[in-house]
Amino acid sequence: MSLEQFQDRNVAEQNYFHVDIPDYPTTGWGKVKRAASRTFKGELFVGLWVVFREMIKFDIHTVQYPKEKLPVGPRYRAVHEMQRLFESGTERCIGCGLCEKICISNCIRMETKLDENSRKLVTDYTINLGRCIFCGYCAEVCPELAIVHGPRYENVSDQRAHFTDFSDMLTPIDAAISGTQKEFDGFGAVTPHEDERVKTTPLAY
Amino acid sequence: MDIAFLIETVVKIVVILLVFSALAGFGTYFERKVLAFMQRRLGPMHVGPYGLLQIAADGIKLFTKEDIVPQNVVGPIFKIAPVITAATAFMAAAAIPFMPSFTMFGYEVHPILADINIGILYILGVMGIGLYGPLLGGLASANKWALISTARAASIFISYEVITGLALLAPLMMVGSLSLIDFNNYQVGGIASWIVWSQPVAFVLFVIAGFAETGRTPFHLVANDHEIIDGFGTEYSGMRWGLFFIGEYANMFFISFVIAILFLGGYGDGSGLGALALLAKVSFIFFFFLWTRAAWPDVRPDQLMWLCWKVLMPIAVINIVITGIVMMF
Ligand code: SF4
Ligand code: SF4
Repeated sequence: MSLEQFQDRNVAEQNYFHVDIPDYPTTGWGKVKRAASRTFKGELFVGLWVVFREMIKFDIHTVQYPKEKLPVGPRYRAVHEMQRLFESGTERCIGCGLCEKICISNCIRMETKLDENSRKLVTDYTINLGRCIFCGYCAEVCPELAIVHGPRYENVSDQRAHFTDFSDMLTPIDAAISGTQKEFDGFGAVTPHEDERVKTTPLAY
Repeated sequence: MDIAFLIETVVKIVVILLVFSALAGFGTYFERKVLAFMQRRLGPMHVGPYGLLQIAADGIKLFTKEDIVPQNVVGPIFKIAPVITAATAFMAAAAIPFMPSFTMFGYEVHPILADINIGILYILGVMGIGLYGPLLGGLASANKWALISTARAASIFISYEVITGLALLAPLMMVGSLSLIDFNNYQVGGIASWIVWSQPVAFVLFVIAGFAETGRTPFHLVANDHEIIDGFGTEYSGMRWGLFFIGEYANMFFISFVIAILFLGGYGDGSGLGALALLAKVSFIFFFFLWTRAAWPDVRPDQLMWLCWKVLMPIAVINIVITGIVMMF
């Protein structure tokens, strides 16, 4: 499908056509004729040929899941990850509480306090994944790109509390310092041309 | 009755039971692979090389599963029903010549349990009794899906059995015997003498009836998974369900043998090549069973009855009449 076709929203006129289906026969003779034509048309053999052709072509589409995996799109919204700042490795989360506020299923719970540098410190942060609907609002609202959705969709544990803790979601500090933490380019992330689009704040008023 | 005959018969019974139970298992593997390839999948791949040991895994699972007899079922009937299906499937095999006779250690072996002179009648009759498995199992299950499946089984039963009998009548008139060995000997003269050429209509009718008999797509109505769960098998678990399964697949193999011997020349002149040819024919018919499952839709029960009574039965009768007239002059 070309892009023009795709952008033409007038779908009713471009891709649809009427299939020529004859009316059901009403007379007895008509029914006999229909049965005869269906019998001798050989459509059953067309069906046989189609599946046989696929078998000898051997064009297999199976993904052998645990060994092979399909790539996950960048905007895929799976289990959350808490990011760190590059180089310093400090947690990005500033404890502003916006994600807790916006979460529509009320599943983020956090406690904060001021640390010795009068900086807000998150002491307790959990997401109840049993209630999370993976809407992505928390990632979108976060001003620091601290909470993001990662690509991790395989979650196995005997308790779902096991992967909801802040420390589990947090990037390991060595990954952040060595720069291997993957920057999030999905929901709420900075888009490539952000510099041109930002307007300077008029400070005059 | 001398001892040698007894020993020979017991050995034959054991061999048939073992070979076809194993084949039934292997048939499921084969079916899954063929269906998978036709649908661009790989099928079982994880247990063993190319999933070959999947049969073993399934077997262990079936054998070791808890045998559940649910509440409200009619216990004895519920328990005996799968045995009927499996047992009759294997009993039918008694009159099938699987191979030409051969000599082993100076002793002539006939790979047929009982060459009775009413072989076909016996096979069809016993396979017909096999339908009591689904009937009784479904009725005793105290489950609505099973009940629907039983009703379907009854309606199918009264439809296809007519076709089976009438379709076979015309070849029977030509051969003049009910023994499968006589059928085979009738077609000994190579491909040109196969009954399928002289009785093509009977062949098609019998294959259609065979599909209904074994309950394969397009007549997969009794245990139609996507309509009525597993039909009569819904309440069964473990090895009881496994017996139904073995019965179904053994039936498929035996029907394939019967079709190959009746219409496609059987093992021909009885040489080793003929035996191989018989195996090839049986394999192809079995493959055809799987092939149609991938390609064709299922019909409704009323459509099957319509087909059997209003279309196939008149055709079969006309076929018999024409055969009679031709034989008379
Ligand atoms: S994805 Fe939605 S539901 Fe889940 S924690 Fe974020 S805001 Fe709440
Ligand atoms: S919105 Fe972002 S910075 Fe604010 S508390 Fe949530 S994760 Fe932390």
